[in-house]
Amino acid sequence: MAYALQQLINGLSLGAVYGLIAIGYTMVYGIIGMINFAHGDIFMVSAFIAVTAFTLLAALGVTSLPLALIAVLITAIFFTSAYGWAVERMAYRPLRGSTRLAPLISAIGMSIFLQNMVQLTQGARVKPIPPVIEGGIELWQTADFTVQVSWTQIMIVLVTIVLMVAFTYLITQTAFGRQQRACEQDSTMTALLGINVDRTISATFMLGAALAAVAGVMVTVYYGVVDFFIGFVAGIKAFTAAVLGGIGSLPGAMLGGLIIGLIESFWAAYLSPEYKDVATFAILILVLMFRPSGLLGRPEVEKV
Amino acid sequence: MKKTLIATAFLALGAQTQLAHADLAVAIAGPMTGEYASAGEQIRKGAEMAIADINAKGGVLGQKLKLEVGDDACDPKQAVSVANAMVNKKIVFMHGHWCSSSTIPASEVYSEADIPMATVSTNPKVTERGLKNVFRIMGRDDQQGMVAGSYIAEKFKGKKVAVLDDKSAYGKGLADEMAKAMEAKGVKPTLRESITAGEKDYSGIVTKLKQAGVEVLAYGGYHTEVALILRQAQQAGLKLTVMGGDTMTNSELVTAAGANADNVMFTFSPDPRKNPDAAPVVKKFEAANVKPEGYVMYAYAAFQLFAEAATQAKSTKFADLEKTIRGNTFKTVIGDLSFDAKGDQKKPGFVVYQWKGGQYDYAK
Repeated sequence: MAYALQQLINGLSLGAVYGLIAIGYTMVYGIIGMINFAHGDIFMVSAFIAVTAFTLLAALGVTSLPLALIAVLITAIFFTSAYGWAVERMAYRPLRGSTRLAPLISAIGMSIFLQNMVQLTQGARVKPIPPVIEGGIELWQTADFTVQVSWTQIMIVLVTIVLMVAFTYLITQTAFGRQQRACEQDSTMTALLGINVDRTISATFMLGAALAAVAGVMVTVYYGVVDFFIGFVAGIKAFTAAVLGGIGSLPGAMLGGLIIGLIESFWAAYLSPEYKDVATFAILILVLMFRPSGLLGRPEVEKV
Repeated sequence: MKKTLIATAFLALGAQTQLAHADLAVAIAGPMTGEYASAGEQIRKGAEMAIADINAKGGVLGQKLKLEVGDDACDPKQAVSVANAMVNKKIVFMHGHWCSSSTIPASEVYSEADIPMATVSTNPKVTERGLKNVFRIMGRDDQQGMVAGSYIAEKFKGKKVAVLDDKSAYGKGLADEMAKAMEAKGVKPTLRESITAGEKDYSGIVTKLKQAGVEVLAYGGYHTEVALILRQAQQAGLKLTVMGGDTMTNSELVTAAGANADNVMFTFSPDPRKNPDAAPVVKKFEAANVKPEGYVMYAYAAFQLFAEAATQAKSTKFADLEKTIRGNTFKTVIGDLSFDAKGDQKKPGFVVYQWKGGQYDYAK
């Protein structure tokens, strides 16, 4: 029982990270109907910015933890959104109006470019940072097992909840959210009504990148090591989460992320850690076979 | 004026290509990029120093050595294409690759092209396939697994031990051998699992180890995963002692795992830095700001072996080199090298080491 609880906690914190990245896929899909294949690498870039920022702060002698963490978060969000904007500007906007395949391929090119850029400028080695937040709380003690939640795990889950609330508010209640939903439904009509569609799309890319930035900082703090390749695996898992939850749906992306985190965690716990990725992707295939629109997605209605 | 300049330039160019033509191309290959790039860097540093030293003494058979570097990122597919590229470059000797999973397929390419190679890959299969061109300047996994497994069975009597590997040719082979050696001494592993290398989240397996009450982890795989496992174990409130293989010599383990690295033990050949004959070379490396740890001295020794063998054989032809290497004993910075019929070192010997405060030394 205690063991299951511990695995639940592990799975939730892993799933929260996947969910944060998945929202970027889902939002971009929602607005332009395409998968941003460079999104995973935006996340990787953010993790590298976080490592650099932590190292710089440590060199400057900033030791107050909340202060350092907030400074790193702001830095990462700032630079990573710039990357998100640039990806849209270079890989998507020039190809708007072309066949659907072209921007997908240019995004894959962007992903390879980002990976190689980081590898060439930062080196191919694993970059470690010293532990930022240590320790945790003992949640529950049984005769043979102590359930432990580390402060990092608590932080990840809290930050994710706060961001989810903020984003739901942004999309459903604000003028920007209305514009975004309008573009999603009919971008030509929205443009005719005097809304700058290009700017809305750019902002969406930047928001997605900002969430990936937060995920990147969390992962850096949680695992303490990053390398130029982390974007690939995390990207694919988050993409799977977005599809599982119903691509285009915000709560769906979060739910998908949590489900994948939990599957991974419990599969490793009770079956074999060797085959946990196989399990994740098998579930994806099953969902696509029996509910192609995902768990929370609506079947696409043909617009007339 | 301009014409003469161009003419001189052409002349100079011609002279240079002629010189380059007379060079002997030798090569290293390994993970120069990717997760294990630091091992590739060690090999490169060692090889560069060895070749500079050999060239300073006049080269081999009057010809200077020229180093080619191949990057396989520890990917078997890339290793084969690196091997083909090296064959095209007409190299006369190869030191590499590093990962057993790369060395095994690549060695077949070198074998067909009659290129002798020295390797530090430890999987038994590297020499078991009867290839004539492979010489292993390190011990084998069945030997180091034996040493590591027996050490665990004797020193950690009564503690629960888990055996874990990363599914690679090297990792799985080593973990299996460790488990075999432990069982031969009557210790049955509490858990036997595999993980996926390259991932970042190992909290699931760490929790599983904690639930099973495991205190000692016999690990087959590379240092980067060990660092993550140790860090996540600490966060989960689990104190683990790790026993690994030769890849744990990498000081990147200490950077990534922090103080947790002090719980890491591993098997490796007797420390070449303690070899009195190697002292001048060790000093040279230190002067060049290169830590002569891990595979640095092995790469140096590989080229000493080649230079010595070519000098004795008075030829760089495969048949002559192969006969000379197999029939003689060579003095190198990692000690005397002599090989059996399979191409394995005659007296490998493994010692158990432990990390302590960022340095590794023989375990007490």
